[in-house]
Amino acid sequence: MYIHSTGNISPQHSLDAEAFFQQRVTTPTNAFKAIEPDYDSFVDSKMIRRMSRIVKMGVAAALTCLRNAGIENPSAILTATAYGCLEDSSSFLRKMIEFEEKMLSPTAFIQSTHNTVGAQIALLLKCHQYNNTIVHRSFSFENALIETSLLLEEGMRPVLVGAIDEITNDRHTILSRFGLYKPVWKNGQPVSGNIAGEGAAFFLMDKEPGYHPLALIPDLRILYKPQNNEAVNAELIDFLKSNQMSPKEIDLVLSSHTGNPQMDAPDENLLQTVFPGKSFFPFKSLSGDFPTASGFALWLAAHLLKEQKPPSWMMGLTLPLKHIIIHHRDGNTHHSFILISSC
Amino acid sequence: MDHLMEKLKKQIIERLNLKDLKPENIGDDQPLFVEGIGLDSIDALELIVLLQQEYNIKLSNAEDGPRVFHSVRTMADYINANSGAIKVAP
Amino acid sequence: MSSPSWIAGLGIVSAIGNGLDENLESLITEQPGIGDMMWLPSVHVNELPVGEVKADSRELALATGLSPGLPRTALLSCLAAREALADAGWEKNNRLRTGFISANTVGGMDRTENFFRLFSTNTSAGRLADVVHHECGAVSELVADHLGIRHFVSTVSTACSSSANAIFTGARMIRAGLLDYALVGGADALTRFTLNGFNTLMILDKELCKPFDENRHGLNLGEGAAYLLLASDKGLKELNKKPYARISGYANANDAFHQTASSPEGTGSYLAMKGALDYAGLLPSDIDYINLHGTGTQNNDIAEGTAIRILFDPAYPKMSSTKAYTGHTLGASGAVEAVYSVLAIQHGVIFPNLRLETPMKEFPFQPVTACLKNQRVSHVLSNSFGFGGNCSSLIFSAA
Repeated sequence: MYIHSTGNISPQHSLDAEAFFQQRVTTPTNAFKAIEPDYDSFVDSKMIRRMSRIVKMGVAAALTCLRNAGIENPSAILTATAYGCLEDSSSFLRKMIEFEEKMLSPTAFIQSTHNTVGAQIALLLKCHQYNNTIVHRSFSFENALIETSLLLEEGMRPVLVGAIDEITNDRHTILSRFGLYKPVWKNGQPVSGNIAGEGAAFFLMDKEPGYHPLALIPDLRILYKPQNNEAVNAELIDFLKSNQMSPKEIDLVLSSHTGNPQMDAPDENLLQTVFPGKSFFPFKSLSGDFPTASGFALWLAAHLLKEQKPPSWMMGLTLPLKHIIIHHRDGNTHHSFILISSC
Repeated sequence: MDHLMEKLKKQIIERLNLKDLKPENIGDDQPLFVEGIGLDSIDALELIVLLQQEYNIKLSNAEDGPRVFHSVRTMADYINANSGAIKVAP
Repeated sequence: MSSPSWIAGLGIVSAIGNGLDENLESLITEQPGIGDMMWLPSVHVNELPVGEVKADSRELALATGLSPGLPRTALLSCLAAREALADAGWEKNNRLRTGFISANTVGGMDRTENFFRLFSTNTSAGRLADVVHHECGAVSELVADHLGIRHFVSTVSTACSSSANAIFTGARMIRAGLLDYALVGGADALTRFTLNGFNTLMILDKELCKPFDENRHGLNLGEGAAYLLLASDKGLKELNKKPYARISGYANANDAFHQTASSPEGTGSYLAMKGALDYAGLLPSDIDYINLHGTGTQNNDIAEGTAIRILFDPAYPKMSSTKAYTGHTLGASGAVEAVYSVLAIQHGVIFPNLRLETPMKEFPFQPVTACLKNQRVSHVLSNSFGFGGNCSSLIFSAA
């Protein structure tokens, strides 16, 4: 399927692709928050007043994507999120506990349902078309892409598909207690570690290239709970082979290095075994780590392939870029490979 | 009564997140729902909670909502008529 | 060559029984499962009737072999999913491609509530084990791992239409040749979160609900889980079993009217039902039974009824809402009612719409009020309409 347009709100200046290529954003903390636009310019005040942050992010990214494509109404809207509307869930839960299940107000509950982002997009567009939400951990976006290709085959074109997850204080505190965000400290400064991220990345996909497609996604594959690194590498080679390709034809690997050396062993192993000497870039250093970060990676890959002008801070890339592989990994249980090609 | 209406307007704006409005933008008799301010069914539920939390009045029948919440004045009238100890309004 | 989706196995646990036989028995003998709260530790215990599965989490854990500390939704899900697989004769070591597409809305919320009770006043407090399976997808993976399904696992969450959407996602993947078997459906346990959430919307009936009654006062919440094992032509041949029925049509449409309320004309409902009929190549007159979404709220029943009037007038099929038996099982409802729809086809029975006293004055039709046997039931339309305007309709047809 072809990527016709994108809309991406992330910790980078991604809403404006040109600004992104000029300036890279970093963070000294372990919570990489998104750069958010003025939402009032996207949604009128009557509707926006009830929207939580994640809904505003999703809506703004989706509307940007549609605007960039010059489309008002897609034939299907798919949203992918691992955590859903956490801020509203936490808010309602806290009030429920504090007031012992009495005198509770409805707004947070209503906004906490996982399909709120997709529903609000449909409401704003008055779009009566197919609408689905996938909430499946680090395969949420990948499963949504699989569903996208099926819908396109059935003639529902074009499809608006997006990945959204947010950092909330509660989520960050809890995941920190799980030891997920442990920066490695040296002389009082964080040297490396897993950094939380967030974002809303939307894409308009179609079966046909249209006038100015950004890129083509020939295929993707998911791998759940592989036995070991060897199994991951073998699956990747098989994936490429099934697309009549070999590792040497890949120009760039967008890898899932988190900056935490103990966790990054599978990424290192994959690069050394399957792609020795190949250019790679750890996309989570731009997006932060979150289950639907593959949405950011796809946005990045699409624009690199379209513009053919990698930013100066992405070093060692040889042009032209024709094929990129995204390896999206979460722990050792969830791996996916997305092949994106220029067109 | 005027003081109560002024207080209500501030509370409505805050609870319903009507950031664009100031108390002076809401007329005492201006319809709150459909036309006028244009509130909806979820706002009505929020106003029911407002009555409970701020004024100790429980509106147990949602169908009374349109009458009670018609305007700031009708809300104030209702509060005055039912204020005092915690009451379950008929 | 695209394959149809044969329904080869069924599994269910609800307020009216554990397993297919118990559920069918309750349906035919008109025994609802809604009543006083027995297990949910809520302050509303004497106020709001609910449709609980008649077992505490310890018993469910024992029955499934899972740990009792796991989310109740996972326990219910596993129970029903396992029954569907066994019912179909599906073997773990078969060499075909099996996917598990499950739906839920609450995830591990029942455990998260315990965590937050302590965490909300002290961020170092609360057992981490209580939140490790909070996500909707985590619950599905728990069950998939336990059943030995790894090839494809996914989770759908679109409020009350969730498991209907999971069902047609599986059917879609079979049709496209991506799977040979799809275990599809959903689960949701009762939680204080959802009970209180729905209570703030003032749409819960303090008595037993009366779907499609003129004097209805809202819905009763329920809990449960239900799954169908769908098989492709190839998959069905391997099972060497006669299918119950097939999925012949499905559609999803968005009402795009309001976050929680349905449009008075029932636009989303109409588009979903019409879309499913068009997909199946059927006319409204081909439908023998509609399993209504029929929650018992003022809003849903009038919107759904209006859509039915527009689509089916003047010839209305028999219809009923089985939520009068089970309560509204939220993320599980599409699947629970899918199982009941298939049972209707298998046994030639139309289940009644319990407690209907006064038909709605707006409509020239009403649901059936007694259990009808020896019916010709070839095509059943099942509706599931959720928050966010998410409207889904499925059509099941005799094999």
